Amino acid sequence: MRKLTLALAIAASMALPSLTQAREVTFNTVLQNYGGDGAYIALYLVDADGKYQHTLWVAGKKTKYYKHLPDWARGSGLRSSEYDGVSGASVLSGKALNITLGVADELIDTGYEVRVDTAVEDMRDNRADVSAPLTTDNAGKLFSGRGYVQSFSYTF
Amino acid sequence: MLRQLHSLPGLIAALFVMVLAMTGAILSLDPALERMDAVIPATGQISVAELTGKLTKNYPGIEQIVRTPSGTLIVYFTRDDQVGIDQVDPRSGQAIGPYEPSSFSRWIKNLHRSLLADTPGRVVVGITALVMIVLVISGAFLLATRMGGWRQLLQPARGSLSQRLHIRFGRVAMIGLLISALTGTYLSASTFSLISERLEADPELPLVVSAGPPAVIDTLSVLKVTDLNNLRELVYPYPGDSYGIYSMTTDQGAGYIDPISGEWLSYQTHDSTHMFYELMYMLHTGEGLWWLGIILGLAAMSVPVMALTGPIIWWKRYKSKPKIAANSGANTADSVILVGSESNTTWGFAKTLHDSLVQAGHRVHTASMSQLASNYRCAQRMFILTATYGDGDAPTSAKQFLQRLGKISKKPEFTTSVLGFGDRQYPQFCGFAKEVEKALSIKGWPQLLPIDTISRQSPQEFARWGIALGKVLGIELTLAHIPMQPHTTTLVLTERVDYGVDVQAPTAVLRFKMPEQDNKPSLFNRLLQRNGLPHFEAGDLVGIIAPGSQVPRFYSLASASKDGVLEICVRQHPDGLCSNFLYRLALGGRIEIFIQSNPDFRPASGKAPIVLISAGTGIGPLMGFIRHNWTHHPMYLYWGGRSPESDFLYEPELNIYLKDKRLTELNAVFSRTSERAYVQEKITLDGEKLRKLIKNDAQILVCGGRDMANSIKTALNGVIAPLGIDVTTLKAQGRYREDVY
Repeated sequence: MRKLTLALAIAASMALPSLTQAREVTFNTVLQNYGGDGAYIALYLVDADGKYQHTLWVAGKKTKYYKHLPDWARGSGLRSSEYDGVSGASVLSGKALNITLGVADELIDTGYEVRVDTAVEDMRDNRADVSAPLTTDNAGKLFSGRGYVQSFSYTF
Repeated sequence: MLRQLHSLPGLIAALFVMVLAMTGAILSLDPALERMDAVIPATGQISVAELTGKLTKNYPGIEQIVRTPSGTLIVYFTRDDQVGIDQVDPRSGQAIGPYEPSSFSRWIKNLHRSLLADTPGRVVVGITALVMIVLVISGAFLLATRMGGWRQLLQPARGSLSQRLHIRFGRVAMIGLLISALTGTYLSASTFSLISERLEADPELPLVVSAGPPAVIDTLSVLKVTDLNNLRELVYPYPGDSYGIYSMTTDQGAGYIDPISGEWLSYQTHDSTHMFYELMYMLHTGEGLWWLGIILGLAAMSVPVMALTGPIIWWKRYKSKPKIAANSGANTADSVILVGSESNTTWGFAKTLHDSLVQAGHRVHTASMSQLASNYRCAQRMFILTATYGDGDAPTSAKQFLQRLGKISKKPEFTTSVLGFGDRQYPQFCGFAKEVEKALSIKGWPQLLPIDTISRQSPQEFARWGIALGKVLGIELTLAHIPMQPHTTTLVLTERVDYGVDVQAPTAVLRFKMPEQDNKPSLFNRLLQRNGLPHFEAGDLVGIIAPGSQVPRFYSLASASKDGVLEICVRQHPDGLCSNFLYRLALGGRIEIFIQSNPDFRPASGKAPIVLISAGTGIGPLMGFIRHNWTHHPMYLYWGGRSPESDFLYEPELNIYLKDKRLTELNAVFSRTSERAYVQEKITLDGEKLRKLIKNDAQILVCGGRDMANSIKTALNGVIAPLGIDVTTLKAQGRYREDVY
């Protein structure tokens, strides 16, 4: 379990008119046994129009492979300022990624969606392997992925 | 220096190099297998637009098309909210089946790239690739030196089995291995960003897209003009994506395509770094160049042979090198001892001298003659102890001495003395030592002691020389040489066939085996199907130490250890200590033997004919060659004896081999019959035929006494003179080999 309170809240405060409080959210991404090398995973938020907003986490250390996380790469422009301090190791087949971050209240129940892009070397890249609206109701609910993700959930 | 550069990295990295080569060889098959599966339309036949049109029907949820360098077409899609990958036929757009790269291949690939150890593994692999470059290049230079120049690189390999294998596989695979190693090092360096980043700048992400409804994909103009064979990747817009643009990578460049106008929104041609990387990648993997992959894979298969024979060669050399204690460096020693030795006995004397000088307080540097340095900074005296090989030639460890000496122009500060080792019975006694002495005096190198000689390893003569040396140096020098006895094996005589008593040439073919009680082979030997005999092959030499003698006598072997017997052919010489001992040995009698390999004296492999020439007991090793000639290599035997009734050695056996084709032609001549012929006369008589054989690359093996060998040489020179060559030419090509006693 990785714990970290994030600059995200601050970043959000800049983008949004007012800052209220940040909530701790734990994102749990469980991978299938897809039988390949470690997966690169990007967790990020898109707005109601599907437009990239913020990076939550990037798993995978070699930045040169980041372009294989297609939608996130396009949205973030692969600027290192977008993922500085929110990246870690790639996740092995069949293992889970647990991330706890502070998320500003304004982002919850306001139409934002959590997206997960995944990529594995020599296997296909998946945009929006998971799309999960970030709402209080959905907390604890299991979302299934289309690619390497078996299930995705978040809890407050 | 070059040798260390080759053997040291080789020894350290042998295992890793082997793993990389084996996995590489397996992976090399992938592009060829993939190519067999792939359907590749002719260029200009199918455009990307045409393909996408067909795919739209079969894959409504299509997300991406990838075309591998081998031409396999892969489609990524979503169906019923599950993602899938299919391999498709480019002509119909129909699925061939799900695309599932084999997990075995992936595992091998990971082993190849990272030894399954991620980044640390990749570092090791990268270093191994670099080592590989060093090994190939240093190996090539070593080989060129050994063969006597780059032009001689393809001459027949000589040496022990390990050496021959190492050379043969090495020179065939050299280029392939160098390509693999260079490209591998490049890829590794680019992985670690040690060289310019392989990633080129991506095309600019367009911000403005034409207004209006998206066009049908197969009407997009860029896709229409792009040939399928140029496609690398086409990524569809994500459904609901407000950008809604296509991105495409081709062999030439990459960019984004407007879904409405069908034109490039942005496009960037691949830069030279990218192109170079792609080229390196292709050369390394064979992806897109399957036949090269196969060639490189085959080359890689030679690595295990090299990785096994290399350490064996090194170990044998290391073991045979005498251990000189307190050996000073070339530039710190006041006394330098250079050794020219064929079978290491001279090294024993050098060691005695070395130890005595060290004891007397000198700093001594001992090395082989071939290691002659251009400068010895502190040297006051140099000793050259050398044996002679064959007819006045340089022994193995002195082969490069005269050449190196020739290059030194500066007259040294130190004085030299030469000591020759040999056998006074032979006409060219200490021939090479005398040649060295002559070369030194021509160069005007100052002398410490005049040349002296030691016959038959006499410790007395050596001690006498030591006293003379001590006088000059003004020290008490006692050279007490105890000859090193090689490790011997006891054998018992089990069979003998006698010939030639009637013609005053009493000769016997003797067969020895391991004594009964020692005949229970160990489990190890049984596993190797060995019979307890030390390893030897026909043509090697057996050293036999007769009782009451310290000096071994050498006989050529007529059998191989795998035959289970040790066979020699001995003629009784009136005064010969050893030949009398052997000739009089009764069945059940025992001898002490050791093996000295003689790998140069062997029939060459291949299809070229072999001419075997001998007289008297010289037939021994040739008999061994014929006996083992199961591949029916054309073999022509010329042999001279005295009388067909008395000393026709091996007559019944030779007739059998003629019949079963192991022997092509038998020319036996006799000196005590009415024809009164000698073998060299037969050679001259058969000149026409021999010229033809030699034109067909025949190899000539001569075994016999010194006089006979010389007459053969003269006769052959006469025979081949019309071809514009002589025996020396043939010798240099490895096609004329002698075993002379």
